[in-house]
Amino acid sequence: MDLFWEILISALLVIGGFFGLVGSFGLVKLPDPMTRLHAPTKAATLGVGAVLIASMIYFAAFHDDLTLHELMITLFIFLTAPISAHFLAKANMLRNVDRSTLTKPEGDGDWAVFTPLSDTSAEELDEVAEAEDDEAR
Amino acid sequence: MITYALYFAIGCFALALLFNLYRVVRAPGVTDRVLALDTMAVDAIALLVLFGIWEGTAIFFEASILYAMTGFVATVAYGKFLLRGDIIE
Repeated sequence: MDLFWEILISALLVIGGFFGLVGSFGLVKLPDPMTRLHAPTKAATLGVGAVLIASMIYFAAFHDDLTLHELMITLFIFLTAPISAHFLAKANMLRNVDRSTLTKPEGDGDWAVFTPLSDTSAEELDEVAEAEDDEAR
Repeated sequence: MITYALYFAIGCFALALLFNLYRVVRAPGVTDRVLALDTMAVDAIALLVLFGIWEGTAIFFEASILYAMTGFVATVAYGKFLLRGDIIE
């Protein structure tokens, strides 16, 4: 049974190392900022997840010490990686992308990055509320 | 067998850190630098966990949880600053 656990842990470690390396290599290799976002947020996250699960199985199998810390870190990274990628994509849209080359979102209005939110004054908010009331009637 | 897999994984993540460092120093845009810093935090978590397996202690998990949290907060703060020129409005 020990051999089975050893093979499983080694496989997870090799997969994790490979994907971590691919993620960082993609960061150097890929041609433009939006595609460069893909490599670390997907491949590197998967690599770290594999390493963490290998660590969890190792301590459960060889030290009789099953802890769920690693699972917690894995979940945390899997939850936060898309959020940071979304923030960086928005920042990149605002700073580097020409607005006229972007496709418009569905409905009227522009992408949320380009519409002022916190700078809207109270009168404007009242006008919007009144317009919505009119539409409701 | 686990020892060799550990060698391989540690080598991979060390090389990954070097790639990230290169991207932090030489990047075409500021978002790439922030992304490389975020990836460095993730790779540092992996190295800490691998070192924990190496030493057979569970003491490095607290450090990696701290790395995960501060890395995420730092990336979001950078992203917010790039978006709005301010962090807390």
